Amino acid sequence: MRSSTFVRLCLLPLFVFTSAFLALPLARLILSSGSGEAGWGIYQQILTTPRYTTALVQTVLLSLAVTAAALAISTTAGLFLARNRFRGRGFILSVLTLPLAFPGVVIGFLIILLGGRQGLFAQLTDGKVVFAYSMLGLFLGYIYFSIPRVLLTVMAATEKLDPNLEEAARSLGASSAQVVRDVILPGLAPSLVAAGAIAFATAMGAFGTAFTLATNIDVLPMVIYTEFTLSANIAMASALSIILGFVTWLLLVFARGFSGSSAAAGG
Amino acid sequence: MEYSRAKALQLGVTLLTCAFLLVPALQSVLAGVTRNYFIGISSGFTLRWIAEVWELYAHSIMLSIGIAFACLVSTLVIGVPAAYGLARNPGWFSRVLEEFISLPLAVPGLALALALLQLYGSVKGFRTSWTFVLVGHVLYTLPFMVRSVLAVLSVMDLKTLEEGAASLGATSWRRFWDIVVPNAMPGILAGALTVVTLSIGEFNLTWMLHTPYLKTLPVGLADSYASMRLEIASAYTLIFFIIIVPLLMAMQWASQRAQRIAA
Repeated sequence: MRSSTFVRLCLLPLFVFTSAFLALPLARLILSSGSGEAGWGIYQQILTTPRYTTALVQTVLLSLAVTAAALAISTTAGLFLARNRFRGRGFILSVLTLPLAFPGVVIGFLIILLGGRQGLFAQLTDGKVVFAYSMLGLFLGYIYFSIPRVLLTVMAATEKLDPNLEEAARSLGASSAQVVRDVILPGLAPSLVAAGAIAFATAMGAFGTAFTLATNIDVLPMVIYTEFTLSANIAMASALSIILGFVTWLLLVFARGFSGSSAAAGG
Repeated sequence: MEYSRAKALQLGVTLLTCAFLLVPALQSVLAGVTRNYFIGISSGFTLRWIAEVWELYAHSIMLSIGIAFACLVSTLVIGVPAAYGLARNPGWFSRVLEEFISLPLAVPGLALALALLQLYGSVKGFRTSWTFVLVGHVLYTLPFMVRSVLAVLSVMDLKTLEEGAASLGATSWRRFWDIVVPNAMPGILAGALTVVTLSIGEFNLTWMLHTPYLKTLPVGLADSYASMRLEIASAYTLIFFIIIVPLLMAMQWASQRAQRIAA
């Protein structure tokens, strides 16, 4: 067998699997979105129906807030862990990165243990502080799964920064705040943009956490789920999925333009 | 002075974040072995909840392990040769193909599941079989395997190695088995651990694709969170942690090792 034929044969299983279970199903999804009563006008319908626009805006705002918070927390912790060596550092690092592959449902349950009706905060305050099923609970759950992802990106980028630049800035009399603002953050900027885009995309599409916590909150994945299962509005569920998928895909392509890798897993 | 205050602030944020991630996980571990969570630890410890979880959900746990294993075999059979094919054939076609198979990393599982359901939902024998869930898992984990192996292969001088072997009379198949696979091993190992870890924890696709007779571990978890007492839900989560945490640590170790080779 010629070598080039063998190489092509190696790609064959992938090609067959991907055609059957990715390309064709996605094509079908796009066709079904236009097969409802409204036809292709369904995309216009989404933009003019308050229920869908509210969900879209709400999901985007929540994801933006999560991205900002996760960036702030993970950059602070990541810089600290990358620049300091102390006992217990390894333990802290594993605590901060282990949730990387926890399923969203488990994270939802952990938030319930913190802020549910029988959660830690409820116990400490005689049942006054309950936040698990509110926007705050969802926000905390999304932060929970975003922190490890952003942290790993920030730490990898910090290790590539040149410590001599900081030394130079300090010896020229720059304060810590100035060093962070003028030397460290600009150096980290491309990675921060990439990590932010990944965090945002993951938050937009998170289903597991929303499924456990957001029984009363209209975030996009929950709206898609209800349209499909309860309302049996297949066309609308498909159209919303396509919008969601397109936005998250675009963001990750954008993120990859800034840094080499993208590690997104479902929340 | 100012320098150390900034440091203290950083340490504070780091520790607070640690507590936020760790405390609820510890709570769930404790609740899973506490006789009565609402009374507290003073009610004593018990393994009763663990035993009850095993009785209720053993088949879910076994199903998940079985699917993870089948998923591993499928991603190895499809992914390793594909990574080799992509490495040997760098061009626009390979780039487009790699980009396309990576879509499940970006497109939420819910959307992929809706797509699969609409195309294959009416194929009776397939829709109700465990292979339908398997397809979802392979779809989601395959890009991790392909990229992990490809990263290691693309820093090797495959062409020279293979030409050397070919001049000694090795066939394409022998070269793949004797040169490519052993050299790609760190990438294969990292990919394999990632595939198993992700498959065991996969919920978003599985929730849509499963049938009442095919509840995987995470689907069972969602079920227990909704309908069981807190101690049972916690004990089940504890069992999940015991399975997933060693896998995650092994996965991180293997990925770092593979990255060092690929860098």
